Amino acid sequence: MTAANSPGLVAELKAPAFEPYYQPVGGEIALFEAAAARRLPVLLKGPTGCGKTRFVEYMAWKLKRPLVTVACHDDLTTADLLGRYLIVGNETVWMDGPLTAAVRAGAICYLDEIVEARKDTTVVIHPLADSRRVLTVDKRGELLQAPDDFMLVISYNPGYQSILKEIKPSTRQRFVAMEFDYPSAELETKIVVAEGGVDEALARKLVKLGELTRNLKGQGLDEGASTRLLVHAAQLVSAGRTPDEAATAAVARALTDDADMTQTLHDLVRAVF
Amino acid sequence: MTSSAPSSRRLFEHELQERLDVVLFASPSHRSIDRLARSLEPLTRCQQEKVLHWAGIATRTNAEIGYLLATLAPVAFEQLDDEGFDAWVIAGLDGYDRDGLRRATELLRDVAGFGAARNGLARVTYAEVEARLTRFIQGLSGRPLALRSIGSDSAAWTDTESLFLPERMAERPSVEGNRRLYQATAALLWAQTRYGTFNADIDAAITALPDRRLALDWLSLLEAVRLEARIADELPGLAREIIGLHDAWPDVLTPALPRLQAPQATVQDSLALLPGLVVRGNKPPKFTLVGTLDPTAARWVRADRIARETKVLRNALVALKGVGGRRQGGEAVLDIAPGDDGAPAVRVDGEVVALPPEAQAAAQSLVQDLGELPPEALTPAGPGGWLPTDKEGAGPDLINERDADWRYDEWDYHRGAYRKGWCHVYEMDVAPGAAAYVGEVSARYRTLINQIRRRFEAVRGEDRTLGRQPEGEEIDLDALVDAHIDRRSGIEPSPRLFCRRIRSERSMAAMFMVDMSGSTKGWVNDAEREALIMLCEAIEALGDDYAIYGFSGWTRTRCDIYRIKSFVDRYDETVRRRIAGIEAKDYTRMGVAIRHLTKLLAAQPVRHKLLVTLSDGRPDDFGDEYRGTYGIEDTRRALQEARRQGIRSYCVTIDRHGADYLKHMVGPAAYTVLDEVAKLPVKLADIYRRLTAN
Repeated sequence: MTAANSPGLVAELKAPAFEPYYQPVGGEIALFEAAAARRLPVLLKGPTGCGKTRFVEYMAWKLKRPLVTVACHDDLTTADLLGRYLIVGNETVWMDGPLTAAVRAGAICYLDEIVEARKDTTVVIHPLADSRRVLTVDKRGELLQAPDDFMLVISYNPGYQSILKEIKPSTRQRFVAMEFDYPSAELETKIVVAEGGVDEALARKLVKLGELTRNLKGQGLDEGASTRLLVHAAQLVSAGRTPDEAATAAVARALTDDADMTQTLHDLVRAVF
Repeated sequence: MTSSAPSSRRLFEHELQERLDVVLFASPSHRSIDRLARSLEPLTRCQQEKVLHWAGIATRTNAEIGYLLATLAPVAFEQLDDEGFDAWVIAGLDGYDRDGLRRATELLRDVAGFGAARNGLARVTYAEVEARLTRFIQGLSGRPLALRSIGSDSAAWTDTESLFLPERMAERPSVEGNRRLYQATAALLWAQTRYGTFNADIDAAITALPDRRLALDWLSLLEAVRLEARIADELPGLAREIIGLHDAWPDVLTPALPRLQAPQATVQDSLALLPGLVVRGNKPPKFTLVGTLDPTAARWVRADRIARETKVLRNALVALKGVGGRRQGGEAVLDIAPGDDGAPAVRVDGEVVALPPEAQAAAQSLVQDLGELPPEALTPAGPGGWLPTDKEGAGPDLINERDADWRYDEWDYHRGAYRKGWCHVYEMDVAPGAAAYVGEVSARYRTLINQIRRRFEAVRGEDRTLGRQPEGEEIDLDALVDAHIDRRSGIEPSPRLFCRRIRSERSMAAMFMVDMSGSTKGWVNDAEREALIMLCEAIEALGDDYAIYGFSGWTRTRCDIYRIKSFVDRYDETVRRRIAGIEAKDYTRMGVAIRHLTKLLAAQPVRHKLLVTLSDGRPDDFGDEYRGTYGIEDTRRALQEARRQGIRSYCVTIDRHGADYLKHMVGPAAYTVLDEVAKLPVKLADIYRRLTAN
């Protein structure tokens, strides 16, 4: 059971105490702040591991609001978001779900990979995401008016291209959309240095490797190596593994199961180090 | 002289004699030691040491073998490398252990046979490395490079779009070594395109030199030295591997090395060094991985590409100019400056605007070719950026025997309105083709079809458990708990307390719209038919509803829709023969075909509807009306109409220049461009699977 499901949740929700590492790429911070000030919900698009989640964590710290993150999956029901009654001893006790708790506490609620959730689940966020800003908790017959500090953020990866995994226009048109992509080589190097704890020369090589794998997107790889994978590789190196070993484990094997492709990635790893 | 020098110095005859005396102490042919020493003198120190080492070991087994081995060593080193030499000695000693002196002598004397057998085992063919190398080069390169094979005796070369590699490589003693040699050779060719070997007019630079062939050979070598250093900067691992695969560069190049290996060295430095080497008339030593140059072929290909990429970039800039919109006071102000890493920084009315990916790729490609973006690429193209080639032919026969089956509106972007009942549609069956065709194709692709079927069966939707059902095989605990709570709190409990396992319904219908225009004649048509056969096999495994229609036509009054498989037809003999009968007809009026097939698809009672168009280029029809912007705008409109009816469309195009209009026509992420026809059969089924993945 996650912390978000415990009864005393609202009292426990606090803004992040430490500043998460985040390297801005453009005007995204100002845009997010403007959306927050005007109480607009935000949609983040971008490939996996390019920093969407980290950005939200950073913004929660910057805006001094608690953050509730829900990783969506295809069995996520409305009750999982809103809350449910539990039997405790001889009583029934209501327990807020993460979304309800976030609304009560005036937190940022971040629904990660929203397309993975069931279509009927996504609909509960509709009244929250337009000018009404209300959440209907039907089981309790409660209509929650979201406080000004509450903010809804959702994310998805448009690269999947499956017609079964699309955000409905009625959902997406309620959001301010921000697009994320992998940072430029210069910025990405900085990120790998800061997050991976390696020197700049090695970070540069890892970023180069990332670039080479991204060249293979659509040629047998669905996605190139994300910044996250590069950081993982760097962390393995700073924990004492050789660069070759770290890149193979964190990048090559993480990207594909296909034997031929693994071989190619291994060739590229060898070429870079 | 330093202390390390003696270890690399060759041993002189008298020194060898002393050492051999010790090593071959019991040799029965003691008198010929001086001759043996003389024959070993020309070998390198490393080889000499190897001979002395092995001769000593062999002598301990049998004195005769030790002596024989030392005698044959100079010949052996001509045909075998170090590893091969060791293997040859060991094979001889093994022969002695097994079958005695006679066999060992035979084995050792047959150096040539041993070398051939060894190289035969270690030989690597192009076909074996092609797939892996292609992916490797794709990973390295900013722009796509094709790989091709040439005769096994020819040297590798590139025309800057294709890398030509020898059919076989057998120089190294091991399979892995030869594979790496392939990789290193390809990498050096890639480096020629990446680091601007062809950025200078090589032909002009070498005309003054007496021997063109010799000049190109030396230039290849100079460039290899330069490129190896360039690679070392970016890909040190690869550079190490390349260095390990060739002998030291010839001594005559030693003074030139610092200049060639400097980070700012360009092909001009190599060209400047060239006359000094050519004038002496010596042939450069042969390095397998260095390859050769054909500057003339490269120049043509390069000029062609520069023109093409310039066009892509200019068209993209026109589109960006449109971003600003038309306002009072004229068009948007476009400010373009070359950026740092190739892509130009574009500002529309002072706002930084990102270039679309294909234009960014084009810009990077131009920078690779020219070192910077040429000014003409940075001016937006005028109206009508592309010019479709004209087809020849008489005017259409406008008289039809029967009235049109349907009439459809067409979007006229000039008017910003529809032309009512403009296109006349006739629907008919495809005339059946050869009965054996489908059988032949299925037989040819048997393995691939099996593979596709297996993959598709996996997608087919697993069983899943539905909770909170009125009846089912198991009790749903969550529902029961809820009901319990409801009862306690005085609410009426729900009777839906069970779980039921059901096979999940995909509820999917797909319409495939196949281009049967005249331009598909030949290769494309073959590929389309093969692709459809694979696709049918695949979707049959999946159980989705699907239909296949062809389209072609000749002006608005003759828009033909050919029925290959309707939604109710089964994939049977009739359908197979219709697939075989698909042939290239006339023109591609796409908009009306999309409207008609959209209507058929929209009538299907399923949740998800997918329209896949398969074509070989932009929409086109006889006369100049439908060509260019008109056709693209109409097609775009038709696809938008489909979208409004809940139909997703996806475009598969075999057209290298597709990227410039497709994104506008069908939207990003809704198309695939195949640059090679041959890939279509393999790709189409996969595209469908990805599009409909759960």
